[in-house]
Amino acid sequence: MSRASLAFAALLALLVPLSLLAGRVLIAPWAEGPANAALILAELRAPRAALALVIGAGLGAAGAAMQGYLRNSLADPGLFGIAPMAALGAVASFWARPLLPAALADWALPGLALAGAGLGMAALALIAGRSTSDGAGGAGSGIALFTLAGLMLASLAGALTALAITLAPNAFALSEIVLWLNGALTDRSWREVALAAPLVLAGIAVLLRAAPALDALTLGEAAARSLGVDARRLLLLLVVGVGLTVGASVAVAGIIGFVGLIVPHLVRPLTDRLPSSLLVPSALAGAALVLAADSLVRILPLVTELRLGIALSLIGAPFFGYLLMKMRRGLV
Amino acid sequence: MLATEDLALVRGGREVISGLSLALAPGRIVALVGPNGAGKSSLLMGLAGLIAPARGSVSLDGEVLAGLSPKARARALGYLPQEGALAWDVAVEVLVALGRLPWGDRGSAAIEAALGALDLLHLRRRPVSALSGGERARALLARVLAGEPRWILADEPLAALDLAHQLALLAHLRACADAGQGVVMVLHDLALAMNHADHVVVLDEGRLAAQGPPAEALTEEVIARVWSVRAHWLGPPGARALVSTGLP
Repeated sequence: MSRASLAFAALLALLVPLSLLAGRVLIAPWAEGPANAALILAELRAPRAALALVIGAGLGAAGAAMQGYLRNSLADPGLFGIAPMAALGAVASFWARPLLPAALADWALPGLALAGAGLGMAALALIAGRSTSDGAGGAGSGIALFTLAGLMLASLAGALTALAITLAPNAFALSEIVLWLNGALTDRSWREVALAAPLVLAGIAVLLRAAPALDALTLGEAAARSLGVDARRLLLLLVVGVGLTVGASVAVAGIIGFVGLIVPHLVRPLTDRLPSSLLVPSALAGAALVLAADSLVRILPLVTELRLGIALSLIGAPFFGYLLMKMRRGLV
Repeated sequence: MLATEDLALVRGGREVISGLSLALAPGRIVALVGPNGAGKSSLLMGLAGLIAPARGSVSLDGEVLAGLSPKARARALGYLPQEGALAWDVAVEVLVALGRLPWGDRGSAAIEAALGALDLLHLRRRPVSALSGGERARALLARVLAGEPRWILADEPLAALDLAHQLALLAHLRACADAGQGVVMVLHDLALAMNHADHVVVLDEGRLAAQGPPAEALTEEVIARVWSVRAHWLGPPGARALVSTGLP
C-alpha cells in the first residue's frame, strides 16, 4: 500500500466514527443519547455513511482515470456524458413511475438512471471506438473523439433534461426533479448501498485493469501504442469503468460534481504522479471528501439541509477557478 | 533484420509511403532523411508497427509485424516519438521505468542500466520539468533503452540539442548499435547523417530516392534532385560539412 493510500485510509478511520456521531441529534458514547439512538445509527447514519464512502470512492477513482486518459488534470468524469445521461434516465423515471406496478415503481429511478448511463457508455464506445488508428492524431484520434462525443452527449442529455423539467406533469413532480438533480444522501437506506456498492466496486476494478495503459499514455498516444497499449481495449475499459462508477453514483444520489476533479489534484503531489499510483488513493480520498462534506451539511444550522451536490459544487467551482489561475501561471 | 516489402502507408486519407522495399540490418545506425513531407516519420511509425500497412508488409526477422501480439512487438521495437511532451511531471526514474511496461516489471536492473548508460543516475529523482533540453532528451532515450528492445526507432532524437549534446547522444546510440541493437533514426541534418550513420535511406515523396553507405546515398547529385538545392561536401570523410550554394 502506498504512502498516499495509507494516509487517506487513516483519515477515513478517523472520519467514519465522527460522521456517525454527527447529525440533528448528537449520538456519542459519552453523552446521554436519544432513546432511539441505536435505530438512528443502524438505519439512518450507517447506510448514509456507507453510501458516501461508496460514491466518493467511485467518483474519485473515475476522476483519476479520466485525467489519466485525457492527459489533462482539468478533466472531470461529469463532463463526459455519462453522468448527464444517468440523470436524464432518472428524470425520465418521474414520468415512468405512475405507469409501473407498485413493486417496480421503487426501482424505476435507479433502474432508469443506470439504463441512461449504459446508453451513454454504448454511445461513447460506438462513436469513439471506431476512430482511425493511422496515428495522424487530431480530431480523428481516439481520445479527441472521446472528449467531443462526451461533450455532445452531455449537452444532448442536458437539453432533454431541461425539456423534461419544463414539461413536468405537475408542480410537485417539478420540485422533486429539481431537488433530485442536486445530489444528496438524505434518507438513503441499505437498499441503495446494496445497489451501488457492487457496481462501484466492479467499476473501480475495471479502472485498475486500465492502469498500466494509462501510465503509458503519459508519453503520448503513439508512444503508448508502441509500448503495446491496445487503444480500443483501453477505451472500452474506461467507458465501462467510468460508466459503472459514475452511473451507479448518479442512480442512488443524483449529480454530485467536482469530486472527480478535486480529488486527483489533491492526491497527485503525494504520489509519483502516474495514473496507476493515483487510482487507489483517489478512491480513498474521494470517499473521505464525500463523507466529510455529507457530515458537514448534516450539522449546518439551516432550516432545510443543504444538498450535498450543491455543497460540493460550492467548494468545487472556486477550486476549479483556482486551478485555472494556477494553469495561467504555468504551474499545473 | 527489419524489412519492408512493397510497403504503402496511408495517413489522413493520403498515401505517404508508396511501394517501399527495404532491408535493414541490426548493429548499424540507419539514418532516414528526406525533405519535409517525404514520409520519414510515417515510415518510422510503420516500422514500429504503429500504422497498419495499406499494402505490402513490415517484417521483423522474417515474421510479419501485423502477426505479432502488441506485447511481443513492444518488447522488440522501441519507439521514440519526436514530440516528447509528457502528460505528468514525473521524476526521471519514473519516466524511464515506463519503458518496462511491455515486460510488466518496474524494479528491473534494466532501468538502472539505462539510467547509468545515459548518465542520469544523479538526476533520477529530479522532475522532468526541471531538466535541461539535453538531459530531457537523454531521459526520453533512456525510457526506450530500459525496454531492452532489439530495435531503437527514434524520430529526430537530435533535434533541439546543441552540438555537444548531439554528439553525446550519438555516442550512446553508437554503443547500442555496437552491442547488436538496430538503430533507425530520422535526421534532418544531412551532415550528421553523412558523418555518423552506417546506412542512409533517402525518401522523396514517399518513395525511395537512394540508399546505401552515406557517401553513396548522399551525393551532391542526390541532394540536388531530392532537395532541389545546390550543395557541396567539404572536409575529410567522417568530418564532412555541407555547404549549400543556392537553389538550382
